[in-house]
Formats: sequence, C-alpha cells, structure tokens
Amino acid sequence: MASSEPVLLANVGRPDSHTRAAYEAAGGYRTWRGVLARQSPAEVQELVRASGLRGRGGAGFPTGQKWSFLAQDRPGPIYFCLNADESEPGTFCNRVLMELDPHQVLEGLLLSCYATQAATAYFYLRYEYPLAYRRVEAAIAECYAAGYLGRNILGSSYSLDVFLHRGAGAYICGEETGLIESLEGKRAWPRVKPPFPAVEGLFRQPTVVNNVETVACVKHICERGSAWFRSLGVPPDPANPRDSGSFGPKLYCLSGHVARPGCYEAPLGIPLDELIERWGGGVWQGRRAKAAIPGGISTGLLRHDEFHCRLDFADPLKFGCLGLGTAGVVVLDEHVSMVDFLHNSCRFFAHESCGQCTPCREGTAWALRILDRIRAGRGRWQDLELLLEIGDTLGIIPGTTICGLADGAAWPIKNAIRKFRDEFEAYIRASNPDGYLETHPVRALDDRHLQVRS
Amino acid sequence: MGTVIVDGHEVEIRDGERLNGIEAAARAGIDIPHYCWHPGLSVVASCRMCLVETGRRDPATGEITMLDKLVPACQTPATDGTVFVTDSDKVVQARAMVEEDLLLRHPVDCPICDKAGECRLQDYFYQHGHTERRADIRPFTSRRRSLGDTVTLFVDRCVMCTRCVRFCREIAQSHELMVINRGAREEIDVFPGFPLGNPLAGNVVDLCPVGALGDRDFLYRQRVWFMQPHEHVCAGCATGCSIFIEEHQDRIHRVRPRENPHVNQWWMCDEGRHGWKHVCDARRLVEPRVRRGGVLVPVNWEAAIGDLDRALRASAQLAVVLSPQLTVEEAYLLVKYAQSVQPAATLLLGPVPMRGTDQTFAGGFTIRAEKCPNRQGVQHVLDGLADRQITWDQLLTQQARSRPYDAIWIAGGYPTDWNDADTAGRLRGTPLLVVQDLFPSPLADQAHWQLPATAFAERSGSFVNRGDRLQTFQWAVRPPRGALSEGQLYWRLLGRRGLYDARQVLAEVAEEIVCFCAALDPVPATGVNLKVQQLA
Repeated sequence: MASSEPVLLANVGRPDSHTRAAYEAAGGYRTWRGVLARQSPAEVQELVRASGLRGRGGAGFPTGQKWSFLAQDRPGPIYFCLNADESEPGTFCNRVLMELDPHQVLEGLLLSCYATQAATAYFYLRYEYPLAYRRVEAAIAECYAAGYLGRNILGSSYSLDVFLHRGAGAYICGEETGLIESLEGKRAWPRVKPPFPAVEGLFRQPTVVNNVETVACVKHICERGSAWFRSLGVPPDPANPRDSGSFGPKLYCLSGHVARPGCYEAPLGIPLDELIERWGGGVWQGRRAKAAIPGGISTGLLRHDEFHCRLDFADPLKFGCLGLGTAGVVVLDEHVSMVDFLHNSCRFFAHESCGQCTPCREGTAWALRILDRIRAGRGRWQDLELLLEIGDTLGIIPGTTICGLADGAAWPIKNAIRKFRDEFEAYIRASNPDGYLETHPVRALDDRHLQVRS
Repeated sequence: MGTVIVDGHEVEIRDGERLNGIEAAARAGIDIPHYCWHPGLSVVASCRMCLVETGRRDPATGEITMLDKLVPACQTPATDGTVFVTDSDKVVQARAMVEEDLLLRHPVDCPICDKAGECRLQDYFYQHGHTERRADIRPFTSRRRSLGDTVTLFVDRCVMCTRCVRFCREIAQSHELMVINRGAREEIDVFPGFPLGNPLAGNVVDLCPVGALGDRDFLYRQRVWFMQPHEHVCAGCATGCSIFIEEHQDRIHRVRPRENPHVNQWWMCDEGRHGWKHVCDARRLVEPRVRRGGVLVPVNWEAAIGDLDRALRASAQLAVVLSPQLTVEEAYLLVKYAQSVQPAATLLLGPVPMRGTDQTFAGGFTIRAEKCPNRQGVQHVLDGLADRQITWDQLLTQQARSRPYDAIWIAGGYPTDWNDADTAGRLRGTPLLVVQDLFPSPLADQAHWQLPATAFAERSGSFVNRGDRLQTFQWAVRPPRGALSEGQLYWRLLGRRGLYDARQVLAEVAEEIVCFCAALDPVPATGVNLKVQQLA
C-alpha cells in the first residue's frame, strides 16, 4: 500500500485551523469559487459519479448514484441534509473534521448542494458535540459574511441557505429517514421505504442525506479530479458484481486498547493489522489483541487471527462482519471478557432502539435481559442458541425491521457468540455449573391438549 | 386486469385498483395476520406480523423470481405478476418470532382483560405462536392510566401498533395521543392537560388489537363471548352509522361501528357509541294509559287498541304528527292508518332536533347537526302519500289560535326532552290528544292517551340518512314488558293479523312510493342509495 499525503486532515493541526482565515490561507474556497464560475451542476455530479465515491456514513452507497435518483420533475425545492449525527460507538472522524476544520466540511457541503441544486441545506449535528456546534455555527456565519452562502453567491444565480440543527441525542437520528423525521419536528421513527428520500424526503420533497466525511471528499474530488480519487483505494473485485470498489481516502478512528488511539487518514483498504501496528503503535501495555471492531460496534467483530482483513467496503463482509461501517476501529485486548463486551453492546442497542418495529424493540431488550442473567451467574446452556436466534432474525437483511439499526444490534451478537463460543460456554459453566438444570421451558397448551367442544 | 398469485391461488385485480398484500390475500380467502395495518389509516409496517415472502412472475416466461428476504405484506403493493407466499417455513417462523416478542413483556392477564375472546394477540398466538414460552420474563403488572374521560390505557398490554396514535392524528386530527420513551420502555400517553377528548375518541378502543385501551363505559361489564352482535343503525344523528349492538339477554352492553364504506367507513362518534343509555332508562313509559276522570290509568293493550280506534274514528278533524325517529315502515303504516280513519287527515313531520353544525372529519366521516335518524325517510313517505302537509310550528300556532283539530296523534319516540310547557300549553284543550313517546314530558302528561314508544334498538325497519341511503335493521333487544313496538301497534290498528313484518311493509312501501323503488330488491347490509335510483 502506497502511503499518501493526508488530504482530509491536511489542515488539522495548523493553528486556528477552524477559522476561515486559516482555511483560506491554505487554499480554501478556491475550489468553490472555481466550480461556481466554470462548472455546471451536472458536471459536478458527473465528476462525483465518475470518482466512485461511496458514502462514508456506514452503508457505503455510491454517492453519485444517490444524487442521480433525485426526482427532477417535481415542483418545489430540493433539500440537502448533512448527517452530522455521528453516534456510532467507536466513531469520531466527523467530530475531528467539524471541530478542527469546519470550513472544509462547509465547502464540501456547498459543492454538494450546488451539484444537487439544493437551495436549502440542514446541518444535522449531534447534540453531544458542543465544540463542533460552536465552531460550525461560527463557520457558517463566516461563510455568510464572505458571501459564500446566501442569495446569488459570488455573483452567480445560485442561492443557498444552511441551517444548523442540533439533535437531541438519539442514535436513531443518524438513520437518514429518522433524521428527516427529527428535522420535521417529529419522533425519529425511520420511515418505510419506498419512497426513498431522493423521491420524497424532508417535508415530502426530494432530499439528499449525506455524511460529513462524504461531502468533505466531494471537495477534494472537485479540486483534484476523479482520476486522483480513483488512484487511491481498492478497485472492484471482478468476482463480485455487487462490489463497486472502495476508492479514496478514509478517516479511520482507532480507539480501545492501542498505544496511540486517534483519527488517522489512509487510503481505503488498509489492513487492520497495519493500522494497529503502524498507526496505533500496537496493542497497549505489551498485551496481545483478542478482537477488534472493524467499523463501529454495529459491524461486529474480527478475531485476532482475522486482523489481515482489509478495511474497505468489501473485505469485512468476507469475515462475517456487517461491512466497513464508519471505520471506527476499537481494539479489545486479551483481558476483555467477550460476555462483558456483548452485554455492553446489547445495552447500547436496547437503549437506542427507537421502538417502532416489534423484533428490534423486543429483541434487543430480550437479548440484554439474557446477558444480564448470564452475568448474574444464572446463564443456561440454551441461552446461546436463543441469542443466536434473536441475532439471526433481526434486521433489514432478513427483512424483519424497517431500518438497519437492528442489523447493527444483531451483528455483535452473531459474531461474538460464533467467534468466541468457547468463552461464552466457559463463562456459563464457571458461573452456573448447574445451568442445565434450569432448562425447563414453560410449555403452553397446544391443539393436542385442547379438547374443543363443537 | 392483473393477476396476483397468493400461495398458488390466482387473484384477479382490476385496473387502477391499489391493493396491498393483505387485501390481495383476503380475496383468495387467505388471512395474513396483522396488528398495525388498518385500511383506514396510514401504513407504518412496524408490527411485522404480516411478513410474507414475495416475488414476481415474469409475464413472458412465467418464471417466478423470489426476493430472499421477508417483506411486510401491508406495505407491498399487489400488482400484475406479484407473487406472495404466506405459508412457507420462513413466514411461519417469522410470525412465531413476532408473537413471542410481543408476549415477552405482556402480562397475559387474559382472565381479567376485557379484550379476551376478541384479542388478536390471543388469537394469533393460538394460530401462529410457539407452543412453549422460552422467555424467563414473567411480568405481571397492571399499570393503567386514564387517557381521557372515556378511555383507560392498560400500559403493559400494549403492543405499540400505534393505530390509536395514527387515528388521532389522521382522522380525528386532534393529535392527543403520542408515544413517549424509547425502545422497550415505550408507552402511549397524552400530554399533561390535554386528555383524549375528541368526538371520535372511542374508536381507538375498537382499533386497539389487544386489550390496552378500554372504554370505561364497557369496562368489566360483560365478557365478549356472551354478547350477541346485531347489525343495526345508529339513531343518534342523520348520518345513520352502521353499527353492531351487542347485547346479552336483552341488555345492551356495547355499541360499536360496523364497516360501511358508504356511510361511516370504520368509525362512529362517541355520542352515538354511548347514546343507547335511554334504552334501559327506568323512567321510560312502559304501559298504555288512558285518562279517566282526570287521571291517567293503565289499560291493557287489547282493550286499548279497540278503544283508541273508536275514539279516533269519532273525531272530525285528525292531525297525525310523524316523528323523524320513526322508521320508514312505521311512518308508512301510521299514514295508512290515519288515512283509513279519515282520508283527509292532516299529516306532518314532527320537530327535527338540531344541535350545533355538521362536523366533518378527514376522510369524510360526518357528525350531523340533525339529531334524528330518519327525517329524510319520513319526509319521503309523507311526500309520497300525503296530499297536504303543514309544519309542526303551523300546527302549534293554529291549534293555539282556533283549535281546528279535534284529534291529534303525536308519534314521538325522542330520546331527549323535546317539548316543554309552552308546547303543551298550545295543544291544551284538544279534545283527543294521543301522545306516543319514550319519556314523560309536559305534553305526554296532558295526553288523553299516553302510549309507550320503543327505542331504536327495539325496533325493526329502515332509516334513510342524509345522503339518501336506506339501511334496514332488525331489533336487537326486546322492548320492556308492557311496551308494544310502534310497528306492531300500527299493524294491529290496521287490522292486520300476526306479527309486524318490517320486510313485508318495506316491500309495500317500495311498490307504492316511487323513490323507494331501490328497496324492491333485498337491501344489502351496507344499504342502498335511493338517490341514484331516483335519477335512474
């Protein structure tokens, strides 16, 4: 893997990097001026499509394709929602961008809005980022003052307003239709799809929802071209027709039991062990790693013997993970109990399930209860099968829920138990040696027991 | 035309018809279980009970390609070539999973739950659930709270289908109900100080697929399996909602709406829902009385009918007041009787109670200001049979001034106070005043003949609503001992033998009065539109 100069993090670390003056001194907003003067929205869209940029929010949907779904024939405005509700456990790359280089995000947002011809953009910011809130708010004000935002920007016919909206601290608001509902002032219950937001989204108008890092990439694609973008990363696997390749730079959030946790930029496809060893300085305190979360807790787990997994959009799938997710890598050392890990994960999803779909609302809470009981020394042998059954039936992949939160809840369960089954069994055996004695299920009456008089 | 395949059965759909999987399967006689979907509300696809497998049949090759994941049937449109599989192992397991999930924290307090016997959770568990309980959660809590004056929420029985919330938002548009908290801690609630109080609030109880919402009027009154539902028509206003009257041994326990796309869709108002109390009111008039020596004394019907007939025939000028509470058949028989006594008898429509203004809700459901069920029908009968009509006010004025009528028969049957001392005063001095009514009133108290009327639930016949839709119904409960239904009384006065037969009378009406000709054919449960037939 060729090492490359940082692009997304180029300004991070410079003094006052969050101010417009510092950003412009480093060449900021030159791209915006150039595009506005010389390129049509369709050209920008085509550029992004050609770059093969895939959404950085977790699902990895091709951004150019998403924009092309926008219903063009509808009267009324197109809305652009910037998803800055970064709340996946283990993920903080958007935070770094918003706190230390908010103008880069805004320039990307301006370019994306121009490409999609949105006249209004909503910056949906996570509540728990107060510094980002202040800095983005200041950056938006600076943009209005400099004429980069507002009516007839820089003398062109294009007008754009950006509204900064602060969420109220719910994980589900990061789901794009949950975000839209929340913006509309409603309870963030994800919508049934279709219609997709590109056809009918915010206020029933065509809407694009993109992640902060995605629009930051758009800025660099406009600046350096799609060929540059495609020169980084991993080309599509010819054997897999569904893989459209993983191009471009990516911010990896490395946390957990590593010597140097932090946010690192690398081209997509860096192997997990290289990330941990070269960037993270190895596992802390000289210990060995037991497992790692490849991209935020909902993507599942990689065992230490799977650390050669490349962190791109395709490779984690081959190891039974949900995907690259947000590239929030959390390393667990050998001292971590997987029962505790899974309990923590289940507690998060039971707490954050929006409660709309029955399987997710009840399943996440049930899984937590089972793990509570196992940790209280009353585990049963068949609990593991039960947990796996809950995990296997949960989510949009089996089709039992509306949104992907349940898949995120299911993957840690599935991966932890399937990849660390010995440890779970040993835990139950040690904490509840008579576990098998408590295994009488309550039998309900079935037809054979019911004498129905007719 | 299109073809949808449900479990191998081909179902025809018409062009432009928008059906979902549940509706298409119903056409093939296949019931797809569901909680959150309701034809009158928006689709949320959240209960996940209706999960099915779906696919498409290629029109050219006939080859079927299936999706590998489950989809909710409520959200999946049925178009030409859509395939639904509702009985595969995958579907059976998914249903069992949802049932198991819903019962995890459910108190299973069926023995004390009013919904038992008509509860979807209960029924679906027997049809689709696992045969054993794997959860070690044994909740038994009985948290409940009042959502408004009429509705109680049993918090732990709720399955979060949100039908009630959507009803308040989409139909009543009063937005009282909402979901609070998140995940498994979710509950239905109202905002403090804004209780559930819209005029349609009772519908949320019908919509609730489980026993979470209870109507306090019905709560703990009767187990549902003892009650007999009767198809009837609400007499509360001129909308004439199709209803079920549910009774047990001649006691009404509950009234609930009956689906009728032409009249009330799936809804009814609370006033109608709770508007049957007058039926079992102890103050009702229950025996015929005649004035002898200044006081009203009870008589038996056999003697009363003969005496009354003779007294009326002795009069010179007869006026008959037909209340808009009468059925079409009763109005017809009474007119026929009056004309047999005096061919030139004066016939008129009684006072029409009005209150407020018409209130229309989203989707078209309307509560009428006209608080009587059959003004339209009685008016049609009068128009068809009476040569000369006057109004109620004219009658009162004329009678107070010059007393032109020496006999007046007032067929009342109003459940509310409809006359006062002034009305009675204007008719005072009439030589023969026959008042047939439900309750004592100044007018009834000065009658020479005081006859008991019967309530809407005790009668058979038909009402014509404001939209000119004629709906027929049969009695649901018997009248109190001693009371004779209007139809039976008029039938006897006309000298007919045996029991009053509303269907036979309606056939006569349809033969004789042209605007009722639509009723010549048997009337379906949703009624017939007289207006369309008139135009045709």
